[in-house]
Amino acid sequence: MENKQSYFGEIGAAFKTLTTGLKTTMKEYFTPKSTEQYPENRKTTLHIAKRHRGRLVFKRDESENYKCVACLMCEKACPNGTIRISSEMQTDPETGRKKRQLLDYQYDLGDCMFCNLCVNACNFDAIEFTNDFENAVFDRSQLVIHLNEEVYKGGSLPNVIDGGAEWQVGTFNTKTK
Amino acid sequence: MFDFSIIANWFDSLLRTTLGLGDFWTILIECVLVGLAIIIGYAVLAIILIFMERKVCAYFQCRIGPVRVGWWGTLQVFADVLKMLIKEIFVVDKADKLLYYLAPFLVIAASIGTFSFLPWNKGAEVLDFNVGVFLVTAISSIGVLGVFIAGWASNNKYSVLSAMRAAVQMISYELSLGICLISAVILTGTMQISGIVESQTGPWQWLIFQGHIPAILAFLVFLIAGNAEANRGPFDLAEAESELTAGYHTEYSGMGFGFYYLAEYLNLFVISGLATTIFLGGWAPINIGIEGFDTLMNYIPGIVWFLGKAFVVVFLLMWIRWTFPRLRVDQILKLEWKYLMPLSLVILVLMTVCVAFGWTFTA
Repeated sequence: MENKQSYFGEIGAAFKTLTTGLKTTMKEYFTPKSTEQYPENRKTTLHIAKRHRGRLVFKRDESENYKCVACLMCEKACPNGTIRISSEMQTDPETGRKKRQLLDYQYDLGDCMFCNLCVNACNFDAIEFTNDFENAVFDRSQLVIHLNEEVYKGGSLPNVIDGGAEWQVGTFNTKTK
Repeated sequence: MFDFSIIANWFDSLLRTTLGLGDFWTILIECVLVGLAIIIGYAVLAIILIFMERKVCAYFQCRIGPVRVGWWGTLQVFADVLKMLIKEIFVVDKADKLLYYLAPFLVIAASIGTFSFLPWNKGAEVLDFNVGVFLVTAISSIGVLGVFIAGWASNNKYSVLSAMRAAVQMISYELSLGICLISAVILTGTMQISGIVESQTGPWQWLIFQGHIPAILAFLVFLIAGNAEANRGPFDLAEAESELTAGYHTEYSGMGFGFYYLAEYLNLFVISGLATTIFLGGWAPINIGIEGFDTLMNYIPGIVWFLGKAFVVVFLLMWIRWTFPRLRVDQILKLEWKYLMPLSLVILVLMTVCVAFGWTFTA
């Protein structure tokens, strides 16, 4: 790229690239805008992609049992110590086998950087990120969540874990509820 | 075509003969009224331009811009101004107080000064000297002084650096700007703003059509140099509020900063207005030589034509601003001294040759 062109060649190249840029922005000018009117539309037409990483939750089956076995893989995978797991060894009285038992799964939302490494590291399909994104609280300590204690039943907004409303581009929606 | 000088003359005779005022009082009253009109026009245009810039910028970036305050965000500018007005104004320790306070006014004075040269309508030019074009460039260069003084007086290394870059840039581009104006002067044979516009009335008589190739080139160079002169677009390295620590106005708060902001936007309009005046016929309507069409176009008042054309150029400059990446300081100087300056000299010679041999479409 460094000064390979002649004086006039450079002018020509500059004109070419600049008109390309101008064309691109002009096209963008007339593209329908995908801006949404949040928070007005948060209960009506808000769409949040299902894959959006809002916060970590335990996956639970019908009888609300979690799958976590306290193997600590997620804790080790976590780059900044967001997850803290405490567990103890318990002996099964019938078989006499020792088994690790989860006592506390502490997840600090305030530290989390939503890198998904813990979910990738989990061998038991026990944790996942939901797209519930409204996490604001007044006190940092409220962001420390004990996942084994809470039973996550969807977020603060209707249908948000299913993605909310249909994804629409170009309809700037101000519908409130 | 409506001639504004009818109103001006009527008012003048009202003061002189009907009220029987002497020369001093007549001129004083007229000056005050015209000054008020200019300042009001300045403020109104500033509001429109700031709102327009935000919306246009948003649309180019695939956003919709301000929508909260007022209908479709129309009151946003007033809210911003209110916020700026109630901010505290303070001075940095060991700053040069006098220069520090003087600088924004110099910038604003230069901006309003050049603003007053714009021909709004037939007979509605405020400043209409016989050396008008020269005086415009002279007054606009006061702004460089304001910018430089601001950086210097702030007692801040970054401000000084930024002010030096701004001064280098503005002084450099002033040359191309001036030479482009001179090429228009060659074509029209007058330096008076009203004369330049007058010579552009008639079918296909806008300078950009009259002077064809050299005029179009001059128009392009004028736009580039003007954009740089107004510290905008890809040339806004004098103040990079997001990347650097703002620039020469880092230490200004409240209305001090507000004046720079105002001047920046109005310089945009002044440049567009000058481009309109010099190359696109000022208040002159489109005439194509067909009787019916021309008379219809002549019914539209000159101020509408002027503002319309100026805002088209404003949009063009905004388009350029929100498309191109910012240049480095060496690239800016390279562009000016290695490309624009030689090109504008070539344009000057070309224009002279065209005019001398009569290769123009002058009626």
